[in-house]
Amino acid sequence: MTIRTTIAMLAFVATGIGLIGGPVSAQDLRVALAAEPTSMDPHYQNLTINNSMAMEVYDALVLQDVNQNLVPGLALSWEPFDERTWEFRLRPGVTFHNGAAFTAEDVVATMQRAANVPNSPSSFATFIEGKTFEVIDDLTLRISTETPYPFTPHDMSRIAIIDSAFVDATTEEFNTGESAFGTGPFVFSGWLPGDMIELARNDAYWGTPVDWENVIIRPIGDGTTRTAALLSGDVDFIERVSPSDLPNLESRDELSVFRSVSNRLLYLTLDMTNDPMRPWVTDLDGNPIESPFRDIRVRQAVSLAINRQAIADRVMDGLSTPAGQFSPEGYIGYSDDLTPDEYDADRARELLEEAGYGDGFMLTIHGPAGRYSNDTRILEAIAQMLSRIGIQTSVETMPASVFFRRFARGGPGDTPEFSVAMSGYANGSGEPSHPLRIFIHTKGNGYGPGNRNGYSNQEVDQLIEDGRSSMDIAYMEDALLQATEIAMRDFALVPIHHEIATWAARDGIEYPTGALDSTFIRHIRLQD
Amino acid sequence: MLAFILRRVIQSVVVLFVMSLIVFSMINLVGDPVDMLVNPESLPDEIERVRRDFGLDQPVHVQYWRFMAGAFSGDLGNSFIFGRPALALMAERFPATLELAVSALIIAVTVGLPSGVYAGLRPNGWGSRIIMGGSVLGISIPTFWLGLMMIIVFSVQLGWLPVSGRGDTEQFLGLESSLFTLDGLQHLIMPATNLALFKIAMVIRLARAGTVEVMALDFIKFARAKGLSSRRIVRAHLLPNILIPIITVLGIEFGTLIAFATVTESIFAWPGLGKLVIDAIVNLDRPIIVAYLLFVVALFLVLNLVVDIIYAVLDPRVRLQGDEG
Repeated sequence: MTIRTTIAMLAFVATGIGLIGGPVSAQDLRVALAAEPTSMDPHYQNLTINNSMAMEVYDALVLQDVNQNLVPGLALSWEPFDERTWEFRLRPGVTFHNGAAFTAEDVVATMQRAANVPNSPSSFATFIEGKTFEVIDDLTLRISTETPYPFTPHDMSRIAIIDSAFVDATTEEFNTGESAFGTGPFVFSGWLPGDMIELARNDAYWGTPVDWENVIIRPIGDGTTRTAALLSGDVDFIERVSPSDLPNLESRDELSVFRSVSNRLLYLTLDMTNDPMRPWVTDLDGNPIESPFRDIRVRQAVSLAINRQAIADRVMDGLSTPAGQFSPEGYIGYSDDLTPDEYDADRARELLEEAGYGDGFMLTIHGPAGRYSNDTRILEAIAQMLSRIGIQTSVETMPASVFFRRFARGGPGDTPEFSVAMSGYANGSGEPSHPLRIFIHTKGNGYGPGNRNGYSNQEVDQLIEDGRSSMDIAYMEDALLQATEIAMRDFALVPIHHEIATWAARDGIEYPTGALDSTFIRHIRLQD
Repeated sequence: MLAFILRRVIQSVVVLFVMSLIVFSMINLVGDPVDMLVNPESLPDEIERVRRDFGLDQPVHVQYWRFMAGAFSGDLGNSFIFGRPALALMAERFPATLELAVSALIIAVTVGLPSGVYAGLRPNGWGSRIIMGGSVLGISIPTFWLGLMMIIVFSVQLGWLPVSGRGDTEQFLGLESSLFTLDGLQHLIMPATNLALFKIAMVIRLARAGTVEVMALDFIKFARAKGLSSRRIVRAHLLPNILIPIITVLGIEFGTLIAFATVTESIFAWPGLGKLVIDAIVNLDRPIIVAYLLFVVALFLVLNLVVDIIYAVLDPRVRLQGDEG
C-alpha cells in the first residue's frame, strides 16, 4: 500500500466518523445517570434509583415534591376519617398508558402485588403490611391500621400504582415492557440493560405534560466520562458532576450547573454500651477499656473537635455543608434550634479533662471506602482532628459490602462491631419520624434497626412513639421535633455534613433542585 | 488427537469443579449480601425474609450442594439483584464484550504484526526505532488514563467520535452487533483501540523478536541464495515460523481481553460483561460473581485447547498425544 492510498483511506475514515451526532430535535432529551435501576418492575426492589425511575412512568396516590412535601397524585385529597382510618379521594378521568381507566380497585390490586413480588431483594411490604384497604366507590378509598397511624399518606407515596389487569404480571414482563403501563408523565418504551432506557411523552397525562417527546437515559458510571459526554454533546443532562470538573463546567456559557444541599447526611456513631466491650478503644498502652463515649462530655468533645467547615472546604471542594441534625435547613423535620457544632479544640480538650480522659486514649474508627463522596479522606481528616485533642486515632476502611455486615453484626453474638464508625443516611421516605425510628429509638419491637451504638433514652422513645401514633399532625410534628432536639443534644450520633448534589445541562434546560440527590426526569424542563 | 482432546476435557471438568468449590467457599467469607440488598428503612423481619428466600439461611455446604445440583441442569442460580438467571444475564451482555474483544484483537494483529516484522527486518532503521519506542509507551501507559485522554481529544475537542455506549446494533447472519452499523462502529473504535493498545505493543515485540531470530537462520540464507524475493521470503518462510509463539500468546490474551475488559468497559460505559461483574462485586451479587468466575475458567480452558490444536495444524512436528504434559 502506498503512502498516498493510506492517506486517502485515512481521510475517508475521518470523514465517515466526522458525520456523527448532528443536531437532535429540541424535543428530545438525552440524560446520563451514574447508575441504572435493577428492574423496571416498580415493585421489585425498594431502592432509590428504582423508585425514582418508577415515578417517571407510574404515579402513586400521593406524590412528593423536590423537598419531599406531599402533593396530590392519583389521590386529589386525603384526610383522617376516624382514629385509625384515612380516606383518599381519587382523581377522576385518569387512564393508564394502555387506555384502562384508573379506579380504587387498581389501588387494592397494586397493594396485593407490591407486598408479594417473588425474589424481591427488598420488598415494599413494609409500607403495606398491617393496612386494610376498603373500596367505598370507584373514586373513594379508605385505609385503616390497627392503631392510629399518621403516616399512611407517606407510605402511599412509595407505591407505584399499576393497572389491576397486571396484578399477576411477572417482573420479567415489566422489564420487557409487556406489562409496564402506568399513569405517569412518561410511557416506557424500552430498556437495554447497561446501555439505555427509552421513555416517550404521555400526551394524555393528567398533569402538565413534560416538554420532551422522547427521552434516552444512559448509565455512565464514570464521572469524567459523564462530563465528557455532556461536553461533546452526546447527552444534554448529567447528574453527579465530579468535583474536579465543576469549575470547568461552570465557566462555560453553553452549560448550566445546578447544585443544592441534599438530605444525604454523613455521621459518626459513638459506642455507648459495655455489653459487649468493643476492642477498638484502648488506653495508651493498648489495653482495652470501657467505652469513654458513654460520657456525654466525651461525645461532645468529639463533635467540637471536628472542623466541619475545613472538611467542606478542603476535602469536599465545597460540596458539603456542615450539619447539626438529620435534616438540612428548610426540609421536613428540621429544627431551627439545632446548629452544627463550631470547631473548638480547646473546649474539647477541657471536656476530655473533666471526663477524666485528660491523657487521651487510643481509638480506631471505621468506615466504608468508595461508598460516599470522599469517605476515606473524610475519615482521615477526622482522625487527625481527634488526635489533635488527645484521642490517638487510626482509620480502617473497607469495601461497603464488608463494612455494613461488620457495622451491623460483626461483634460477638451478632452485635455491632465498631466503637466509632462513619456512615451515611438519606431519608428516602419523606416521613419525619423515619430517622428517629431507625437510628435513635432504643432497639427492639421494630424500632432502632439502625441503632448501632446502644443509645437509649426513655423520654425520646416515648416522644417518638407518641408522634407516630397521633392523627393530630401538629402534635405529631411537635413531638418528633422535640425528640430530635433531645437526641441531638445527647449526641445520639454526631452529624458531620450534608452532601451538596450537582447536575449539569446544556444551556436552555431548567432543573428545579431540592433536598433529594436522585434525578427526576419529569422535572427537567425547557427554559421558556 | 482424539485421545488428547478427551483427556483435556476430563481435566477441564476437574479444574472447573475444584474452582467452583474454591470460589463458592471464598465468596461466602465476604460480607453479607442482605446488608447490601435490604433497604435500611424496612422492618427487621424483612432481612430474615430475604435471607430465607435467597437460601442464605442455610449452611454453606447446603448452599453449595444446591448450587451444584442446579449447575448440572444448566442453572447457575438467580442474580440477587436482578432476580434473573445469572447465565441469562451474562449471555445478554456477552455479545457486547465479544465484539469489543474481537475488534481489539483484529486491531492488535493488523497493526502489530506488520510493524513488528518491519522493525525486525530493519532493526536499526529510524522507522523501527519509532515503532519500538511506541511499543514501550503502549505497554507502560495505563489503559484508564489513555481512555480518558482519547475521550477528551477525539470526542470533546475534535467532536469526531461519541464518548460512550454501544450505539445502534444490527442483525447480520443471526448475530446482533454494533460491528454492522456505521453508528456502532463509531462507538466501537475508541474502546476497541484503547483495549488493543497494550496488545499491539505486545504483538510488535513478539513479531520483532521472532523476525530477528528467524532471519538469521540458515534456511532464510538459503532461500536468499536461491534468489527468492524478499516478499516471498517474508510470506512463505518467515511468517509461518514466527506465528507460533504469537498465536500461543494471543490465544490466552484473547481470553484476558474478554475476561478483563472491565476497565475499558467502565470508562466507555460499554454495556458488556465487565460492568455487570463490577456491579455484582460492589453489591455482593454472589450468583453472578460465581457464574462469571466459572465462565472465565471455562473460557481459558477452551482457549488453551484451541491453541494446542492450532499448533498441530501450523507445525506438523508438534504431535498431540495423550501423554503430553
